[in-house]
Order: sequence, then structure tokens, then C-alpha cells
Amino acid sequence: MWEQIRSNQIRSVVLVVVMGTLLVLLGYFLGLYFFDSAIGGLVIALVVWALMSLIGYFQGDNLLLTMSRAKKISRDDHPRLYNIVEEMKIASGLEKIPDIYIIDDPALNAFATGRDPNRASVAITSGLLQKLNRDELQGVIAHEISHIKNRDVLLMAMTSILLGTIVILAWYGSRFLIFGSMGGSRRRSSSGGGGQAQIIILIVGLVFMILAPIMAQFIYLAISRKREYLADASSALYTRYPEGLASALEKLGASTGQLKSASQATAPMYIVNPFRKKGLKFADLSSTHPPISERIRILRAMAGASFSNYDQAYRQVHQGSGSIIPAAGLAAGSIPLAKAAPKTKVEEPDEIQRARETSDVMWQLNNYKTITCDCGTKLRVPPGFKETSITCPRCRRRHPV
Amino acid sequence: MLALWIVLGIIGVLLIFFWATYNGLVRLRNQVKNAWAQIDVQLKRRYDLIPNLMETVKGYMTHERETLEAVTNARNLAQQVSSAGAGARAQAEGELSSALSRLLAVVENYPDLKANQNFLALQEELTSTENKISFSRQYYNDSVLRYNNQTQMFPSNFVASMTGFKASEFFEVTLAVEREAPKVSFT
Repeated sequence: MWEQIRSNQIRSVVLVVVMGTLLVLLGYFLGLYFFDSAIGGLVIALVVWALMSLIGYFQGDNLLLTMSRAKKISRDDHPRLYNIVEEMKIASGLEKIPDIYIIDDPALNAFATGRDPNRASVAITSGLLQKLNRDELQGVIAHEISHIKNRDVLLMAMTSILLGTIVILAWYGSRFLIFGSMGGSRRRSSSGGGGQAQIIILIVGLVFMILAPIMAQFIYLAISRKREYLADASSALYTRYPEGLASALEKLGASTGQLKSASQATAPMYIVNPFRKKGLKFADLSSTHPPISERIRILRAMAGASFSNYDQAYRQVHQGSGSIIPAAGLAAGSIPLAKAAPKTKVEEPDEIQRARETSDVMWQLNNYKTITCDCGTKLRVPPGFKETSITCPRCRRRHPV
Repeated sequence: MLALWIVLGIIGVLLIFFWATYNGLVRLRNQVKNAWAQIDVQLKRRYDLIPNLMETVKGYMTHERETLEAVTNARNLAQQVSSAGAGARAQAEGELSSALSRLLAVVENYPDLKANQNFLALQEELTSTENKISFSRQYYNDSVLRYNNQTQMFPSNFVASMTGFKASEFFEVTLAVEREAPKVSFT
């Protein structure tokens, strides 16, 4: 069942190597233009890339969580969420429970981060916490945990850094080239009559500089989309209940609120594209995520919970196109789905209760103290409150702080 | 000379195969052990939760003595056989699960209890523990399946039988009541 990780890694490694080659070629051409030596350009390209990778590797998760203004919660802040994450940790066989973060944003989204399975975090928006019931939340968390388990998180972070380096170098390279040629090219004066070969190299290099970022972007998106399908399949496998994720995605797709704290660079990290527009149905090459409606249809077409069931459903939806799961993952055969009530059904808080619950957590995370008065009023005491007691505005009772 | 090299090459390949397969088997066996420990943790957690639950529920459920006793007895019995093999244990735990779901079913008749904050928190814990038990069981059985396949399938079965890897026992639910998700309707 877990073999698919390895064969998947091989495929991804090939794509990453192609991207790496793009970077090396870019460095080579830059070197030819600006330093008259290919080595100089190569060194610069690799140093820039190495620096960015080091920062990304050691600080990437912190940066991402800080940028999205996520707040870490403990078990007591939101026992249900914590329990769901722990359940999925057990189902996936992760060794350590990831840290859990909440982003105070009404948009519906979630992401996972962390460089290895033992140092990972999942973050979800407060909007998601309000809108989804237990089964749906479980499906979403399972999707995120499987990104951690399949080691997608590090791969995606590292590929996006590679992509970033290529984009930056090509951008500066082409700008310098344009300005350089306007003020009498240094290259022309220094080499003194290069002949046709040099002009050809110049043109090839320029074209390459324009195409490299675009090619890199396509490779990156191809990796990213494949990972999303695999995470959906794993989510179904862990929960044995694809309907949970399907109905969660339905809610996510119906809401068009864009996540304020997301950026183009962090977009592929989320469970659904944070910049999606309503009514976009077709998978185009420039999208980091497969279309939500398609993901839902695949999940609903699943006859069992195994990878081969997901693959069948995928081919059914795509009318006979190739497999999405690597062959090694398909050996498991069919696994029966859980019934409509997957586990012990419990009385669930409805959406209003969930909204109250979530807002309590958000106040608390911002260091407000909540006092519930006997008349039913909730008093939020700000962190810097100086007095020793507070009066309920409704019934005038005094409460010690 | 060439023949010698060929023979040495074959021996080398065999050694590498043996080494890789053996390590793979050890990894899978450890995974099975680890998964079993996970089930154990969750079952123990359920034993610990039940006295708390009884304490909270007792005051409200004055007419449900039998249901309450059934849970306590099932819990004690399960705890007694907790050192037994997977088969015996699964049965006792199945009894406990069904006794618990019967208890949670009659909660419906006690609106006061349903409003009790303490009980609500306990109920969330209990539900989640039930889920965790079934997820850890799911992971355990998946691990056992992979391990058993590896010990029985060609060619790794040679390495397994030579070095004494034996197939593991599944953690099957033996009770009909448990196999179907308990039909508890809260309205």
C-alpha cells in the first residue's frame, strides 16, 4: 500500500532533475553573456538556489505559517479538531501528531507544511472549522496528513524554490540583457567580432531565458496536480469514507471567499486553490489544482476505498485516459467502504454551535479571557485589562477577572 | 576464470537480495508491533474513560442500572484478557463497544444529561476513542496484511522461513453487533 510513495518519488525526481537542468542551462547562458565564462554564471545560479533552499528547508514552515498568520492551538482549545487530527495520524501510521494551526479567515481552506513527517503542521481556516461537520473535516485533515505522509510537502516546497530561482534569474538576466545591449553591449566590445556562432548562441540564450520560467512552471504544476489526486486517494483510504471529503470539497467549491493571507507562491500548498474563481470547470495547464468538480466526481464514483478503486473512478470520469496512481500502488485490490455512518455516530454540534465554538477559540488565541455571565452574556476581557472585576452590561452583575 | 566471476556475481546478487529482503521483513514486523501498541494505547484509554463516564451518568440514569452494569462488566472483562492474543481480545473489546453504544443510545431519554457540559466533553472523548480504536485496528490489519504477504509470497518466503518470520494474526471483529456500525440515532 505504501509502495506508491517510492515509485512516485522516482517520477517526481525525474521532473525535478529536468527543472534542475533548466536552472543549470540558465546559469550557463547568463555566464556567457555577462562574465564571458559559463562557470561564473553557473556558480551564481547555484549559490542563489542553495541559499534559497537552505532558508526554505530550515525556515520554510515557519515562514509560511507566519505569512498566513496562523495560530497554534492545543488540545484544550478545540478538542474535536485535535481528536480528528489524532485519528488521522493513527489511520495513516504517522509517528508523531502534527502541530495544529488555525488561520482566522472566513474563507474555506487548509494546508500542510513541514520538512519531514516528524516535524509537520496542518493549518485550517476558522471558516472551515465552522462550515464542516465532523466527517467532512476528517476528510480534509486526512488529505492534509497524506501530503505529510507522502512527503509532498518538502517536495513541493523545494520545487517551488527551484522554480522561484529560475524565475528570478531569468527576469534579471533578460532585463540586464536589454539594458546592456542599449548601452553598447559589453559582450560585443570584449570579444571583438565573434562571428555567426556567437550570434546564434545569443539568440538561443535569449529565447531560452524567456522560455525557461514557463517550462519550469508547467513542470511544477504537473507535479502539484498529481499530488492532489494522490492525496485525495489517500484521504479516502485513511477514512474509508470518500463521501466525507467529497462533500467537504463541495462546500469549499461553493464558497468563493479568497484567502487574504495567501499568495501566488503559497497557492499550491492549500487543499483548494485560494484564488479560484467561480464556474471554472476545465483543468488548464496553468492551474495548480485539478478542478474541484472533477475531484468530487471521482470521489463519488469510488466503489471501494483502495487506490485501485480511486484509479478506476478516475478513469471512469476521464473516459479511459491513463492511470493517475502508479502501478505499484494498485496491487492492494478493493477495500470495502465504511457505511453511511462510518464510526460511532455522535450528536454533532450544528453550524451555529460550531460558529460559537470557533469564535471562542479565536478570542482565546488572541489572549482574550471569556467570562460567561449567569444571564447568558459572554464577556470578552482584553489581555491588557487593568481592573480586578468587570460588570456585565446586560444584568449589571460584577465578575472578578 | 570467467566462470568463476559469473559464480561470484550470482552469489553477490543473492546476498544483496537476502539482505534487502531480510531488512524489509524486519521493518514490516516492527511496523506490525508498533501498530499493535497503538491499538493497546487506545484500548487502555477507553478503560480509563469509562469510570469517569459512569460517575457522570450515574446521577441521571437512575433507571438504567442493567445497561450501566453491562458496561462496567464488559470493561473489567476486557481489561482482564488484555494480555491475551489478538483473537480473544477482539471479542472482549467488541462486547465492550456494543455495551457502550447501548448506553449512549439510551442517553436520548435524558435531556438533562445531554445538556451537561461534562458529559458532552466525555462523549466527544469517547466517540473519538472509538474512532481511534477502529483506525488503529485498520492500520494494524493493513500492516499485518503486508507483512503476511511478504512472508508467504515468492521469493521473499524463502528468506522468511529461513530466518523464522511467522505470519501475524489479524485483529478481526468477531461480534455481529460491532461489525455493523451501531445504529444510534440522535435527533
